[in-house]
Amino acid sequence: MAMLEVTNFGKRFTIHHLGKTMQAIEQINFSLDAGEFIGIAGKSGSGKSTILKSIYRTYLPDKGSIVYDSKRYGLIDLAHATEREVLYLRKHEIGYVSQFLNVMPRTTSRQLIEKALLEMGETTAIAKIEAEKALNHFELDRELWDTYPNTFSGGEKLRLNIAMATVKQPRLLLLDEPTASLDQQSKVKVREIIEKLKTNGTTLIGIFHDIEFMNGLCDKVFDMRTRAIRSPKEGVIREG
Amino acid sequence: MCEEALLRVRNLDKRFGPGCPECKERTNRNLEKNYCSVCGTVYACQDVSFDLFPGEILGIVGESGSGKSTMMQCLYFDADVSSGEATLNDPELQDENMFQLSSQKKRYIRNHKYGMVYQNPVNGLKMNFSSMGNIAEKLISAGKRNVSEMETTGNQLLESVHIPLFRSKEEPRNFSGGMQQRVQIAKALSNNPPILFLDEVTTGLDLSVQANVLDLIKKIQRESGISMVVVSHDLAVIRMLADRTVVMLNGSIIEQGLTDQILEDPQHAYTQRLVYSLL
Repeated sequence: MAMLEVTNFGKRFTIHHLGKTMQAIEQINFSLDAGEFIGIAGKSGSGKSTILKSIYRTYLPDKGSIVYDSKRYGLIDLAHATEREVLYLRKHEIGYVSQFLNVMPRTTSRQLIEKALLEMGETTAIAKIEAEKALNHFELDRELWDTYPNTFSGGEKLRLNIAMATVKQPRLLLLDEPTASLDQQSKVKVREIIEKLKTNGTTLIGIFHDIEFMNGLCDKVFDMRTRAIRSPKEGVIREG
Repeated sequence: MCEEALLRVRNLDKRFGPGCPECKERTNRNLEKNYCSVCGTVYACQDVSFDLFPGEILGIVGESGSGKSTMMQCLYFDADVSSGEATLNDPELQDENMFQLSSQKKRYIRNHKYGMVYQNPVNGLKMNFSSMGNIAEKLISAGKRNVSEMETTGNQLLESVHIPLFRSKEEPRNFSGGMQQRVQIAKALSNNPPILFLDEVTTGLDLSVQANVLDLIKKIQRESGISMVVVSHDLAVIRMLADRTVVMLNGSIIEQGLTDQILEDPQHAYTQRLVYSLL
């Protein structure tokens, strides 16, 4: 049973001040089983992020369907789900991590993670404990727990970002270039995190700058150029 | 799964002026911006419909004159609608169009179900009453009579909006704009309303005070689960507060969606212009 099935999916942007439309992606088809990790490969501008943002509904899909197997709603087409349904799924089932930390200003790392848990209906006491666990787990310096993340380094921001998304234990996690601009050491940490998520059975879709990094982690790759699934190995050979 | 809306607004129309054959019919109204060039009638709100769900913050954005505040005034019964319907999912009012209730009943709803925070604190506060007196006034209209209980509630509220208690007996006209706004929020919350209306509450406040007020609103929402309608022309405020957003132009809703979708993938030409103006 597929966890996510993208069928005939397309997204077109209308740019009013130019009086024209731009077809960002079209005819996207792939499916993903529970616990699988699919990587999306392609040149910049080929629409990789558009796919992720459409699944998360930051972009309004305009063609095709994105059927997700939800714990609460059963099979639900994310392309046509109501805003309230999407909000529920974002709170409880689907996580999104980008390279940018986009959070409420004047909120400490600790509060951010607690908030994520409180949103899901955890009690204050549990949120506090779980937040500390998560901050520890992602090896964020204890000194930073009660500071505002706007002064964090790229790696710290990213780890906080992933912590915020994973503390909710999402069933489906979307990773939008989470390793861009990270040094090797931080990448290794992200890799460990992703491996752990996989072992926990999280279904993942990821876009990575670093092809080798991606190929080493994912089960299969969706190639934007051919619009088809290939194995991660093929990619290495071709690029080699 | 169909979630029940807390507040349902349907086809709200607010017109200033008599209207003429040229503009009476909504379908073939020929307006210049939002007024009829033949008879001068202003259509401040045209066919406004939306739902407010339990526990959510709904953002309303639009330029000055787009009808945001008029809509808010209509919902809070400060102004009468020309036509339209608003229902509250509440056992006491099930399926009744609130716009058509008696003024007595409307007052009851205002006192028991609604809280309102105006852009200008002068509209929401009695400037020559003490802060505590302002809160007490709202509590009394909500049916409270026990003075010591009211004082306890008042103190708790003022504390939660960070007004030092030794100033609780002071008149808000002595307060700074940010403080007045916080007293207004305390007053609006005092009857424990399920719905809170916030009309440009941070406009005119400096950045750090604005931040305080926004943090406060977010905290109240998180802790009490009140549903809120937040009107603002400031997209940054909306981005920070609202789960869903409605965009208004010339009295009509031109677009609504998830707040991040409105900001990153706006559909309507006006919304695109608005979003591109941000940053």
